[in-house]
Amino acid sequence: MGYLLNKEGMNQLLASLRDEYVVYAPKCFVGGGRFSETDCIRYGEIQSIEEVVFDKKSDYSFKEVLTPISQTLFYFTEDSVKEADAPKKGAIVFLRSCDLHGLRRLDDMYLRNGQPDYYYKRLRDRVHFVLMGCDHSFKNCFCVDMGTNISDNYDLSVDVQGDLYALDNKWDQLETLLEDLAVATQEIVPAHVKDNEVHVHIPENLDERIAKSSLWREYDSRCINCGRCNFVCPTCTCWSMQDLFYSENGKAGERRRVLASCMVDGFTDVAGGGSYRKKNGDRMRFKVMHKVYDYKKREDYHMCVGCGRCDDICPEYISFSNIINKLEDGMKEVTGND
Amino acid sequence: MDVNTKQLKKNAFRVTKERGIAASRVRVPGGRMDAKYLSVLQDIAETYGNGTIHLTLRQGFEIPGIPFEDMDKVNAMLQPVIEGMGINQEEKGKGYSASGTRNIMACVGNSICPYGNYDTTAFARKVEKEIFPNDLHFKVCFTGCHNDCAKVRMHDFGIIGMTMPQLDPNRCISCGACIKRCKKKSVGALQAMNFRPVRNEETCLGCGECVLACPNAAWTRSQKKYYKLTIFGRTGKKNPRLGVDWIKWIDEESIIKIIKNTYAYVEKYIDPNAPGGKEHIGYIVDRTGFEEFKKWALKDVTLPEIAEVTSPIYWNGIKYK
Ligand code: SF4
Ligand code: SF4
Repeated sequence: MGYLLNKEGMNQLLASLRDEYVVYAPKCFVGGGRFSETDCIRYGEIQSIEEVVFDKKSDYSFKEVLTPISQTLFYFTEDSVKEADAPKKGAIVFLRSCDLHGLRRLDDMYLRNGQPDYYYKRLRDRVHFVLMGCDHSFKNCFCVDMGTNISDNYDLSVDVQGDLYALDNKWDQLETLLEDLAVATQEIVPAHVKDNEVHVHIPENLDERIAKSSLWREYDSRCINCGRCNFVCPTCTCWSMQDLFYSENGKAGERRRVLASCMVDGFTDVAGGGSYRKKNGDRMRFKVMHKVYDYKKREDYHMCVGCGRCDDICPEYISFSNIINKLEDGMKEVTGND
Repeated sequence: MDVNTKQLKKNAFRVTKERGIAASRVRVPGGRMDAKYLSVLQDIAETYGNGTIHLTLRQGFEIPGIPFEDMDKVNAMLQPVIEGMGINQEEKGKGYSASGTRNIMACVGNSICPYGNYDTTAFARKVEKEIFPNDLHFKVCFTGCHNDCAKVRMHDFGIIGMTMPQLDPNRCISCGACIKRCKKKSVGALQAMNFRPVRNEETCLGCGECVLACPNAAWTRSQKKYYKLTIFGRTGKKNPRLGVDWIKWIDEESIIKIIKNTYAYVEKYIDPNAPGGKEHIGYIVDRTGFEEFKKWALKDVTLPEIAEVTSPIYWNGIKYK
C-alpha cells in the first residue's frame, strides 16, 4: 500500500523501528573525504531521515552492513572458543535498486555457494530493505544495461517528493503504523532510472581467449593496484583471515575476516613466495571477467550491477564500463585467425 | 623634474633605470585574484606602460614603463583591483600603499591541490588584514603541505598545513598502502602491528599522505586544522639560510598572534641605523638571543595542547666573512 508521510511522520516511523532495528543509510561524513574539506558519503547508522543522503550516490556500498569490513568471528584461549556475539538488533538498510540487486549476489555467495555462511546468515535473517527510488541516473551508472534499474523485492520503498516521503509498503508489520502516520494514501511506484548516459555492451562470444588480448596491457601501468574499485563494489565479496594473538605464546586471541581485493598485492600469493597475477593488467582481466563473464556461467546473470562506483572512485580515472566496451574488439583481436 | 622618490616608493611604484619612468607594483595577497582584474592590468600596461607585465616572484605584477606624471591616473585605474582584493588602503583612489611587510604569498592550497591541508589564500588574506600596511620588513608565506611548493622556509614566518590523521580500525583492510606511502613519500611514521598501521606520533608530519593512500577511508583528516610554523629563513647578501621548525601542531589563532607580537619585538630591538629601516628579523634575533624573541612572540599565546615547541633552535647557512 502507498503512503505519503511528512518529515515528522518519517522520523516517528524510524523511531519506532529503532527499538528492534539499527537503521543504516548512506549519510554524509563531513570532512571524511580523501582530500581536505571534502566529504564522504557512506553507510552509517542514522537517527533521523534528514541524515539520509538522497541526492547523491554513496561512495561506498551498503555491503559494509552485511559483510563488515573487519569482522571478528571468534575468540580463542587454549582449547576453548567463544563465538563473537551476534548484533543485538536486526538491521534496516536504505539502498538503491542497483544495490538491492547486489544483495542477490551477496546472498548467492554467502548462502547458496555451498554451506551457508553462518555469520552472514545470522545477520541477514534479520535485515529489511528500504528501496530509495532513483528519479535520475547518476554519473557513470549503467544499471539499465545491466538490468538492475528496477527492483520489487523491497520491504518498503521511499521517494522524496518535495517535503513529503512517498512510501510503498510490502512489510505487513508496518501497515497499521503507516496508516497512523500517513498524511495521505495513494498508489506509489518507486521511481527508477530509464536511461543512463553510459551504455555497455558485453559481446556474446566472450570467452577465456580474451586473456591473450593486448587490451589488458594498458592497465599494467595505468592501474596502481590500490583496490578501491573492489572495496566500493557492492558485489565484491572476497576476504582474508587474520589470526590476532593477544599473548606472546599465541594461545589467546581472535580470528577475524577482513575485506580483501584481487587488485591488491598479496591476493594470489601462495606458499613458497609465488604469486599468480603479478601484472596489474592481468588482475584487471580477472576482475572484469569475473564481473561480466564467468560468474554468469554459474548464476545466469552478471555479477556487476552497473552502479559505476568503481569508475567514480578510481584515482587513475580508469572506467570499468569503458573496459567492458573494449571487450568486443579484444575478442576480434584474439579470434582474428579463426 | 622634482619627485619625492621616498613617497613614490611608499605608493608601490619602483624607480627604474630609465629616468622619469616608474613601474607599478601590484601585489596579490595569497596569490589568488578574480581573473577579471587581469584586463585592468593589461589596460594599464597598454595605456601608460610599455605594453609588458612582469610576473614577480612574490606573487604580484610589475607594470613597467610608466611615466612619473601618469602615476595618478594609474592609481585611479587600480582602485577596483585594490578593492576587489580587499586590500587595506590608506586613501581611496591613491593606489597601493607599499609597505615594509612583503606581499603574503601562498601556494594554491586545498581549494585546488589534492595535497593541500587548508585554504592557504584564505589564511594569507586573514593575516594580511591584521598586519598590512606596516613599515617593518616581514616576509610571511603559506603552503598547503610539507611539499612546501611555496618555499616557506625562505621566509621569516613559514606556515605549513598539517592534518592529524585518524584511523578507524574497523575500516582497515590491512592492505599496507598507507605504510608504503608514508615510507616512500614522507617520514616513515607508520608501522604494521597486528595487521594494522600504528602511527609514531613523534615522527608524523601530519602531511596526510596516509589519508590520500587509504583506499577504504579508514584514515581520515582531523576536523581541526593544524600547522607547522617555521621561522627566520632569509635570502640576501649577508647570511642566507633556511627557516627551521619552531612549533608543530600549532593553530591559526596562535600563528596570527605570534606574527603580530613580533612587530612589537622588532620595533624594540631593530638597529636604528639599519639601511632604509630594514633589518631581517633573524639578524635581530641573532643579537638579542632566541629566548628574548620567544618571550615577546609567545606573549598571551595559548598554544593547543598538542603543540610541540622546538627548543633550543639552531640555524645554519652560508656565512660570508
Ligand atoms: S581503483 Fe583504479 S587504480 Fe585502483 S586498483 Fe582499481 S582500477 Fe586500479
Ligand atoms: S564492478 Fe563497478 S559498476 Fe559493477 S557493481 Fe562493482 S562497483 Fe558497481
